[in-house]
Amino acid sequence: MTATLSEPAAVGEVPTFDVTLRIRRFTPETHGDEAYWQEFTIQAHGTDRLLDALHKAKWDVDGSLSFRRSCAHGVCGSDAMRINGRNRLACKTLLKDLDPEKPITVEPIKGLPVIKDLIVDMEPFFASYREIMPFLVSESQKPTKERLQSAEQRERFDDTTKCILCAACTSSCPVFWTDGQYFGPAAIVNAHRFIFDSRDDAGAQRLEILNDKEGVWRCRTIFNCTEACPRGIEVTKAIQEVKRAMVTRAY
Amino acid sequence: MQIHQYDVVIVGAGGAGMRAALESSSRVRTAVISKLYPTRSHTGAAQGGMCAALANVEEDNWEWHTFDTVKGGDYLVDQDAAEIMAKEAIQAVIDLEHMGLPFNRTPEGKIDQRRFGGHTAEHGKAPVRRACYAADRTGHMILQTLYQQCVARDVEFFNEFYVLDVLLDTDLRDGTVADGEEVAVSGVVAYDLATGETHVFQAKSVVFATGGAGRIFKTTSNAHTLTGDGMALALRAGLPLEDMEFFQFHPTGLAGLGILLSEAARGEGAILRNSEGERFMERYAPTIKDLAPRDMVARAMANEVREGRGCGPHKDYVLLDLTHLEPAHIDAKLPDITEFARTYLGVEPYTEPVPVYPTAHYAMGGIPTDIDARALRNNTDVVHGLFAAGETACVSVHGANRLGTNSLLDINVFGKRAGIAAAAYAATAEFVPLPESPADAVVEQLEAIRSRASGERVAELRAALQQTMDANAQVFRTNESLTQALADVKALQARYADVHVQDKSRQFNLDLLEAVELGFLLDLAEVVVTGALAREESRGGHFREDFPSRDDEKFMRHTMAYRHGDTVTLDYKPVVVTRYEPMERKY
Repeated sequence: MTATLSEPAAVGEVPTFDVTLRIRRFTPETHGDEAYWQEFTIQAHGTDRLLDALHKAKWDVDGSLSFRRSCAHGVCGSDAMRINGRNRLACKTLLKDLDPEKPITVEPIKGLPVIKDLIVDMEPFFASYREIMPFLVSESQKPTKERLQSAEQRERFDDTTKCILCAACTSSCPVFWTDGQYFGPAAIVNAHRFIFDSRDDAGAQRLEILNDKEGVWRCRTIFNCTEACPRGIEVTKAIQEVKRAMVTRAY
Repeated sequence: MQIHQYDVVIVGAGGAGMRAALESSSRVRTAVISKLYPTRSHTGAAQGGMCAALANVEEDNWEWHTFDTVKGGDYLVDQDAAEIMAKEAIQAVIDLEHMGLPFNRTPEGKIDQRRFGGHTAEHGKAPVRRACYAADRTGHMILQTLYQQCVARDVEFFNEFYVLDVLLDTDLRDGTVADGEEVAVSGVVAYDLATGETHVFQAKSVVFATGGAGRIFKTTSNAHTLTGDGMALALRAGLPLEDMEFFQFHPTGLAGLGILLSEAARGEGAILRNSEGERFMERYAPTIKDLAPRDMVARAMANEVREGRGCGPHKDYVLLDLTHLEPAHIDAKLPDITEFARTYLGVEPYTEPVPVYPTAHYAMGGIPTDIDARALRNNTDVVHGLFAAGETACVSVHGANRLGTNSLLDINVFGKRAGIAAAAYAATAEFVPLPESPADAVVEQLEAIRSRASGERVAELRAALQQTMDANAQVFRTNESLTQALADVKALQARYADVHVQDKSRQFNLDLLEAVELGFLLDLAEVVVTGALAREESRGGHFREDFPSRDDEKFMRHTMAYRHGDTVTLDYKPVVVTRYEPMERKY
């Protein structure tokens, strides 16, 4: 590895280096029911993302290596995984920002059943999301034009509209790891997005849902979710705001 | 094999598919089949906005929007369809607001609007603020809002199911069925990625909303999964594809990566500069400069590079300069794209200009449809029960070059129309009997690839395809370059017959999926290049250096490409002209 790597690589100058991926694999059809580690050493370029390295491993070495991905620039939420112990999107993690001198550990996100390699069953995650009524409920007559909303009212819930449902937050939460019934940060973030929307009339119902024993009070304010969010959402803060709204009924 | 029966089956769960589902599912029994979880769809990557002449911030009307769309499309737009889109745009935006979409707001609390390329007041006099937006994640908000509404209405999804065949009651593949004969759809065959099982969906109506095919190119803003599945399935079933040679290269992809930086940056005041610091768009489009339509800007950029005024160590890109904008303004209006520049290129847009170069972005062509999204099997006959909407369709509202924001508009207007029309058809039609052993062809195709012990590698063939398409069929094209591309594609198709995969398993065999997708890409690339070779003129996104002018006499007509057997044949279809006679396109 060369010194230029710690600097942003100028376009056109792409230093190359070798990197080793240590990937947690689970392929019950061919290797039985035990997960195992496999190492891939591949050549990478200065601007490569971890996703590029995974693609190289799959495309050039072992086609059975399986992971989800789509947009490759951090907006679709397909490729959340545990990278050197932290939840991140593979397509938003530049290899040069990790330490390529050491093997990079890649595992599936935790707390959801692993199906194959880095692919987990997302259904429990989406089921929690669906439970918090993640849609605008408006009881007033719809105007013929748009409803009015001030820029300040719009700003109130801006942060939580950024969520891409990648599950990086929920699957980084130690409470969720041990209690799969917990709604988890992502569901609460999406409840927040509507509770604090001035146009919405179902805030009380959502707070009731989240007042459940598996609701917001399970949160221990650990901040893993905030650290994990690839969209920079202040997840823990949003959860705190929902807790506060539950106590004060002001939202 | 499992068999399901629905009145309407929608293939694809991006903006067009889910907008259709919201209409259809409230009327008849509907299923949505998607190879991705709905919120992973590429609608979510759209950034800048959705145009509608709301006139919330300055004078505007839908007729100007129609004109801009027609002129922006270099007069290959069907003008009746463009008029519908511009007129219905207003309600489409209001619909989304009522569904909860968090648009940015004006000081009075109305939906805010901003400028976008090619959208003008009074037929080209000056840029107009027409794009409704939610920061620079408008597509994300549209996708989320539509999915939220689908959850509210309990729409039935089959996620991570990959549709691999469309079933018709008549075999159209050899091209011998006469015009006027009745042809109807009976359903689709899908492959469940999680289990490897095939499922047959019998349906009265099938709506294709599978998005674009940007992965035929190497440098693209498109997701890995945008492999033109719906287009290729239609082509293989014997349906034509319309105007496939028109591909949009978005001017501002992050250099070397292709990741999109929204035109909204220029809408908010950013400027393109060459190595001399010159605002070169002043030379190419003196009136609206950096806000000229995308085809003109992309060509201007490529030309600057070609003439030696590119930037960087290899002089192979230009710069997008936002440094004169207030950081607070950038944060409020363009937060995501500036983060892309920081994350992927390590460039700080507050203080440094961002390296950009054109990136393959949008297929103007697709499955030909009428204004009710009904799919055509020739210039006039519909396939009963078959519909298409969004990027996979060609209505044609984008002609030879789509204006920015008109794709988010297209999916909402024609997605809605498709949902309504598909449900209305299904409400009165009978189920068409399925063919005997409907899944056999799909199973055979998959097993042939899966069971091949050795052969060609998917990644190698795909890289070769993308390489030749970037080199030979991109912003600048010639007879020579296109002939080369066609020869390359043909050779790759021959090698593809021997493609194999290493993963032999059933569960989540994405190796196999990529092999199938590659077959689609090769078929579509052949159509793109064949159409481009025959179109000996320059119009919109299709620029032939050997025929640099537009030739309305010979080519103001749509290309209709068919694949009968192993060859692509071309036919043509007249453009619908209502009120705008073609003029020279100046900005």
